[in-house]
Amino acid sequence: MELSGGEIVIQCLKDEGVEHVFGYPGGAVLHIYDAIFRQDDVQHILVRHEQAATHAADGYARSTGKPGVALVTSGPGATNAVTGIATAYMDSIPMVVLTGQVPSPFIGSDAFQEVDTVGITRPCVKHNFLVKDVREIAETIKKAFYIATSGRPGPVVVDIPKDITDPNIKVPYAYPKKIKMRSYNPVVKGHLGQIKRAVELMLSAERPVFYTGGGVVTGDGSKYLADVVRELGYPITQTLMGLGAYPSSDRQFIGMLGMHGTYEANMAMHDTDLLIAVGARFDDRVTGHIAHFCPNATIIHIDIDPSSISKNVRVDVPIVGPVKQVLKDMHKVIKESGRKPDAGALKRWWAQIDEWRRMKCLSYDTKSKLIKPQFAVETLHKVTGGDAFIASDVGQHQMFAAQFYGFDKPRRWVNSGGLGTMGFGLPAGMGIQMANPGADVAVVTGEGSIQMCIQELATCKQYDLPLKIILLNNGYLGMVRQWQEFFYDGRYAHSYVDALPDFVKLAESYGHVGMRVDNPAELEDRMREAFAMKDRLVFLDVVIDPTENVYPMIEAGKGHHEMQLSPQSELV
Amino acid sequence: MRHIISILMENESGALSRVAGLFSARGYNIESLTVAPTEDVSLSRMTLVTRGDEAIIEQITKQLNKLVEVVKLLDLSEGPHIEREMMLVKLKAERTHREEVKRMADIFRGKIIDVTDTSYIIELTGDADKLDAFIKAVHEDLVVEVVRTGPSGIARGAKGLSI
Ligand SMILES: Cc1cc2nc3c(=O)[nH]c(=O)nc-3n(C[C@H](O)[C@H](O)[C@H](O)COP(=O)(O)OP(=O)(O)OC[C@H]3O[C@@H](n4cnc5c(N)ncnc54)[C@H](O)[C@@H]3O)c2cc1C
Ligand SMILES: Cc1ncc(C[n+]2csc(CCOP(=O)(O)OP(=O)(O)O)c2C)c(N)n1
Ligand SMILES: [Mg+2]
Repeated sequence: MELSGGEIVIQCLKDEGVEHVFGYPGGAVLHIYDAIFRQDDVQHILVRHEQAATHAADGYARSTGKPGVALVTSGPGATNAVTGIATAYMDSIPMVVLTGQVPSPFIGSDAFQEVDTVGITRPCVKHNFLVKDVREIAETIKKAFYIATSGRPGPVVVDIPKDITDPNIKVPYAYPKKIKMRSYNPVVKGHLGQIKRAVELMLSAERPVFYTGGGVVTGDGSKYLADVVRELGYPITQTLMGLGAYPSSDRQFIGMLGMHGTYEANMAMHDTDLLIAVGARFDDRVTGHIAHFCPNATIIHIDIDPSSISKNVRVDVPIVGPVKQVLKDMHKVIKESGRKPDAGALKRWWAQIDEWRRMKCLSYDTKSKLIKPQFAVETLHKVTGGDAFIASDVGQHQMFAAQFYGFDKPRRWVNSGGLGTMGFGLPAGMGIQMANPGADVAVVTGEGSIQMCIQELATCKQYDLPLKIILLNNGYLGMVRQWQEFFYDGRYAHSYVDALPDFVKLAESYGHVGMRVDNPAELEDRMREAFAMKDRLVFLDVVIDPTENVYPMIEAGKGHHEMQLSPQSELV
Repeated sequence: MRHIISILMENESGALSRVAGLFSARGYNIESLTVAPTEDVSLSRMTLVTRGDEAIIEQITKQLNKLVEVVKLLDLSEGPHIEREMMLVKLKAERTHREEVKRMADIFRGKIIDVTDTSYIIELTGDADKLDAFIKAVHEDLVVEVVRTGPSGIARGAKGLSI
């Protein structure tokens, strides 16, 4: 089969099994767009800003486990995409981004819409390529998908000069079935000896705790995690990125940990004698001050990326390998040992944890005349049966969603944790809805965040994406306001979002349904009404208490046991 | 501690900038870096000298290994190895100093590779300490220009770093 470069790009996507590409055209990718026009297998979704193309591809990937794909033009197209690439990189999301480049002979001449895309994206991709010959397109794209999806996943950029896609130059095409790279060999199996060492420690621990993260989600390890955790009966806490991998409604789950984690999870971290870290990377939002981190614990760490191990915190038993296989083997080793954890010690440990639980650290004022964001998220849970996909933006609303939605399944909670990118929610929601037609997809957002990619309401209209946008409108850059209240004596420098649009009219002007609610008594009905409109995007402007804060909170530089608690928490 | 790390990597245009970028982005220090193709033209060999405590060196080697283009890596400092660096020094060599400079080059087993009425260029090979010692030994007023390659290194013994 002889194809032009532009046709090859699209044929590769087809052969890779890609069904959706999020993109935005421009000069450097016109040949590729022409190839898109002449086929029906790969559907292109036209976003309204390249940042949204990458976030949508990202949301698509997070909700399915399949790599997301974005296509943008050179220069400003590529730079606009960078925020979304960096977002995916920080959270280890598999994604392939195809960027147009000026024709090869012009590279380096400051040509029209030229930027050094490979140079600009280098620090925020797993890998990137500049394709130099039409004959190399297929192999390069194959490599890109292989690298993006294997080992620790991440975004890969393929930069394609325009002349390489010339419709008049046709070359033989064949998509490689398999690829082997001598310089890239991700670990596929954790060491059995290390697993046995870990199990030995696990069976003799007195105050053990599982600390699990995004790696269990990306590595599809939920089932195996549950097997091990249930077998042992130990408490488990999850990072913001890990939520849903282990069901929140399970008794052994003690809540999220870290800066806005629960009292019981953070206290357990402080007191544990054995920390079993699984697919989590000891982020500073989780550890607090390193010197105070798990002062009494031996640490086991399962991670596919050797560089995650002992990066921030020294680990005693490292296990490099994919969560799925390691947990599976771990479960087997535990079973075969015929041994059980020390029942007496475990009983004492749970008694201690239950005492911490009695603090009821997530309590909030339930009698308020204003809608409390916590109540809004609880209502959302109720209305959706706890089974919706939730795409979040960044800020207080994100923390409330994480604390109060109660995720029971992996890949339902989609948020930007590592980069913390405001503007992520709406386009990520589009990607999720595209991948899961018919599913309830809610975007939990703030009036600050939503305005960073608000233009995507048009994309939702064009492709009939019936998202439910739950805007927790506090009229503030709430997370910033909270820090200013706590640490800057209430000097609210530029955290007030003055001159907000009328979101109801705004939604309507894009052809969607807009609703506004400010009465707690009406909230549930409004939400039910919104979710009943199966084929419409509903923008629900929920006017909430402008001064609510996220609790518990560990100030930067403090230890896990030094939480600031909400006024409603009950000291025991 | 000072570490000398040997890296075998794909001989591709962007590879060097990935290594350099990694060091600047993560705030690691690079003391020197040399790179050239090997007997297998598809591979290049890099020798990198850096400093850091054990944890930092561990991260550096892990991060380098993570780069897709890095095929193999060896921290030479972990075992017996040989280091060599080459230096070209241009020295003033007027009548009164000519003999002294020549004698000094001989003592350090240097070679005079360029001569004018008033100058010599000396080529000197050795480990970094020896080159430092030579510079110290000649009068500083005589030194016109110094060019050093930075160390390259190889592990002792019969085994080679190859794929
Ligand atoms: C406003 C705000 C507040 C935040 N507050 C908190 C907070 O209170 N608590 C909190 O936890 N986070 C919080 N975060 C998020 C935080 O910044 C980090 O993103 C998060 O803690 C990292 O989660 P993780 O450790 O699970 O790592 P991830 O970024 O999910 O990394 C996954 C790890 O798993 C590994 N991995 C990937 N695939 C596999 C596999 N197949 N097998 C084995 N290992 C694998 C990777 O190598 C990596 O080390 C907050 C973020 C924001 C924006
Ligand atoms: C692109 C970007 N710019 C700035 C920030 C810093 N920041 C973090 S949270 C936040 C406020 C978010 O406000 P809003 O979306 O209204 O959410 P709220 O906290 O009020 O729920 C800001 C400005 C960020 N995370 N991302
Ligand atoms: Mg707000």
